[in-house]
Order: sequence, then structure tokens, then C-alpha cells
Amino acid sequence: MALQSLDVIRRSATTTATPQQRQTPEVAKLIDVSKCIGCKACQAACMEWNDLRDEIGVNRGIYDNPPDLSGASWTVMRYSEVQPEPNRLEWLIRKDGCMHCAEPGCLKACPAPGAIVQYSNGIVDFHEENCIGCGYCLTGCPFNIPRLSKKDGKAYKCTLCSDRVAVGMEPACIKSCPTGALVFGTKEDMKRHAQGRIADLNSRGYPHAGLYDPEGVHGTHVMYVLQHADRPELYSGLPKDPSISPLVGLWKGITKPLLSLGIGVAVLAGFFHYVAAGPNEAGNDETKK
Amino acid sequence: MGNDKDLVRRYSVKERVNHWWVAITFILLVLSGLALFHPAFFFLVNLFGGGTWARILHPFIGVVMFMSFLGLAGRFWGQNHVTDADREWRKRFGDILANRAQDLPEIGKYNLGQKYVFWALVATIPVLLVSGVIIWQPYFAPVFPIGLIRLAAVVHALAAFIAILTIIIHIYAAIWTKGSIRAMTRGTVTAAWARHHHPGWYKEISKGSKS
Repeated sequence: MALQSLDVIRRSATTTATPQQRQTPEVAKLIDVSKCIGCKACQAACMEWNDLRDEIGVNRGIYDNPPDLSGASWTVMRYSEVQPEPNRLEWLIRKDGCMHCAEPGCLKACPAPGAIVQYSNGIVDFHEENCIGCGYCLTGCPFNIPRLSKKDGKAYKCTLCSDRVAVGMEPACIKSCPTGALVFGTKEDMKRHAQGRIADLNSRGYPHAGLYDPEGVHGTHVMYVLQHADRPELYSGLPKDPSISPLVGLWKGITKPLLSLGIGVAVLAGFFHYVAAGPNEAGNDETKK
Repeated sequence: MGNDKDLVRRYSVKERVNHWWVAITFILLVLSGLALFHPAFFFLVNLFGGGTWARILHPFIGVVMFMSFLGLAGRFWGQNHVTDADREWRKRFGDILANRAQDLPEIGKYNLGQKYVFWALVATIPVLLVSGVIIWQPYFAPVFPIGLIRLAAVVHALAAFIAILTIIIHIYAAIWTKGSIRAMTRGTVTAAWARHHHPGWYKEISKGSKS
């Protein structure tokens, strides 16, 4: 059980502190898009470790298969042919999945206590036994990641193999990557590793290569090395400056306590008005005519 | 004019049944809706068989309430237009709250407070329906763009807040104004009640029923 791990720093729909005595180092998965050959070994490894078998789809004439994330596909490769500049074709392949935001919009939006938790190592995990299937996490996510399963109505997404990481193993996708495009370690180490990769890319004609670790969600625990870090949208619409929508902030921020208080005040106002002014009774003679 | 204890018909059977359909569904919606609104109210999901059941039932109950509310709105629409007497009544609102109800303007079947309750619900319930459908998983939400779903979630919460406050006022007014509740439970009020609270309406119906 999740809370027994004692390293839960955040829990959905919970207004008191979570059991967090144990502090673990922040981890991160680094996805080096420039090294990815699109083999989908990571997709297969994810299916295998997590015992996921999505429905067999149809060939849509493109490499993307399955075409989108789903309750049973927690990571998918997204292929895009782009011309970052005229007469230069690039095939950008991005492994899409949960970014494990430091400021998770899904967790903020979730109304079910303990359906979404964030561990001190940064992994954001869904606990489907508490999920009520409302889909608010889909509304809260700035990356369009969680999916409601057609099978059971619960929300699913990449767990960053929290079960493996908890016992000192790396996520299944990392294990399977044949080119070293996927690496895993502490967030600090991954940032350092990324710097080396970026310097290499810079020297090979990618002056805008950089690390994708967006500040708008206080950083992520899945990061990308991008050849064109100035234009993340080239990579199948990776958002340039993602953050939790202000509407979600409004809905889950100030309105929750304020409106709840308003309702309480209205009820009390009625009660005290009755106590102070007394009932409004008919039949007082002054109105008889 | 009749005796104080004489009974005057205020609501027909159909009106009462319709009202209580709306009332019961509204209460169920408030309980299940608050449960998903703030964690402090999450325990209320147990009234519905758990969180998942509360989530499943809430929108269906909402549709039932909207349909029954259409009936209620249609029945009472014509009687809720604001009149000059209502505007006079508003100036005396402080006196009314303090139970100093002498020499009030001649109020018809509904006073301004009741009319505001009516119009607040006429305004918020359709908004709740539309915004609710937009965030309704898994049937309707997937066809709407994410920005609209986010907006609908906020609008749904705000409209629900207004509707809940309105109903708190409505329920309190019924408790505060003695002799009102029987109008909706039994269909009749006393002549004294009608003369005191709704003299214009009382005159009208006494005229009509004079034999």
C-alpha cells in the first residue's frame, strides 16, 4: 500500500499532512529524442512489466501505434516529420507519457482522497482503488496524459514503474532501450547527463538543443533532451510553456474553501436570524381588515 | 371574508408533486455534488454507495431534476413577474426581516423574495445542465475541447453555489414564515396566513370564489 511507504508528499483531496518521514532522492527519466530510433521497445517493455494488453487497432498508414494513449497504453511513440527550416527534413520521435510534474495538475484536480499521490522521489502515482472515474485528472493535466479506461472506468497513466523504483530497479522502458535514449537516475544526475548531450548536439549543428524541464509545473520528473528546445511544439505538440490552467487553479484553489464557507455562513445566518428575530407569524390583528 | 382558520387552496396536487420531485433531486444533487467539490464533504459519497456511485448517479439525477424543474418553471413563470408592489416591498425589507410587517404593500401570490428565488433557479439550473453535460464522463466530456471542460467545471461550481444559497434562503424562509410549509405538503394555507402574507392574492381568490 502506498501510504505505508512513508514517503508520500502529496495526496489528492486531502487537507492534512501525509506520512512523509522517509525522504528519498528525486528521480527522473531522461528521454534523449536525438538518440531515439522509434523501435518501440519501451512500449513493449511497458506492456510486459505492467501486464497491459491494449486492443488490437488498425493500421492508419503511420507509425504511431497505438494511435494514442489509453487505459492500457501508458506510453506511445509519436512520430512527426517536420521541416525546422526550409529544405531540411527531420523525423522527430517523441516517447509520450506522464511527465510526473513537481506540481501535478491531475492531483490538484482530483476529488477522491488518495486516488493520486506524489512520492518524495517525485513520482506521481494513481491509486485506482480510490479512483471514482470522474475524469477531473484529465481536466487538470497540462500534458493531456491520463485516460479513463473503457474496461473499468478508472483513470490510468504511466507510473514511472513506481513498484520497480521502490525496490531500487529502473523503470521497464529504460531497461529495454537499445540506444541509450532513455536513462534513469536522480534528477540531479539526469540534468548533468543532459548537459553533456546538449553540448554534443550544439557542436553538431543544433544550436538550440536543450533540456525540457518546464518551470510552469515546477519541473518534471520525465525530461526530454530536444534538438530544438526553443520549439517543443515541433515534437507532436509538446507544450512550450505548460502550467496548470488558471481555470483549474480557480476551480480547485480559492473557490473550494470560499464557497464551502459561504454555504456554512448562509445556514448559520438563517439559524441566528430565527433565534434573534423569531418566527414570522400570520394572524396578528393589524392586518385584519 | 372567511375566518382565520378557514383553509385556502394554494397548490394543486400536481404542483406539489412536481415541487417535491425537484426538491428531492436537488437535495441529492447537493449532497453528491458537495462530496466531489471539497474533501471535507467527501464522506457524503457513502450516502450513495461510495465515490464511484456518487459520481455515476449525480449527472443522471441532474437530468431528472432539470426535467422536473422545467415543469415547475412553466407552472409558475407567469406569477413571478416583478410588480410595483414588489418594488415597494423591497424598500421595507429590513422591517420585514425584523418582523415589523405593518402596512406592507399589497403582495400577490409571491413576494419579491420568492420571485428572486424563482428567477435565480431559472437562471442557474439550465447553466448547471449545460456545464454538467460538458464535464460528464465518460459519455459527453470526450467530445468537448479541454479548455471548454475546464471552464464548465468552474461555471458548474459557481452556478451550484448560487443555486445552493438560493435554496438555503428558500428553505429558511419556509421555516421562518410559520404556516408556509403546509402549502406545499397539504396544498392549503389558513386564511389568516394568506391575508397577512399575500393580501393581493387573497383578495383575488376570494373574489373568484364568492358564491
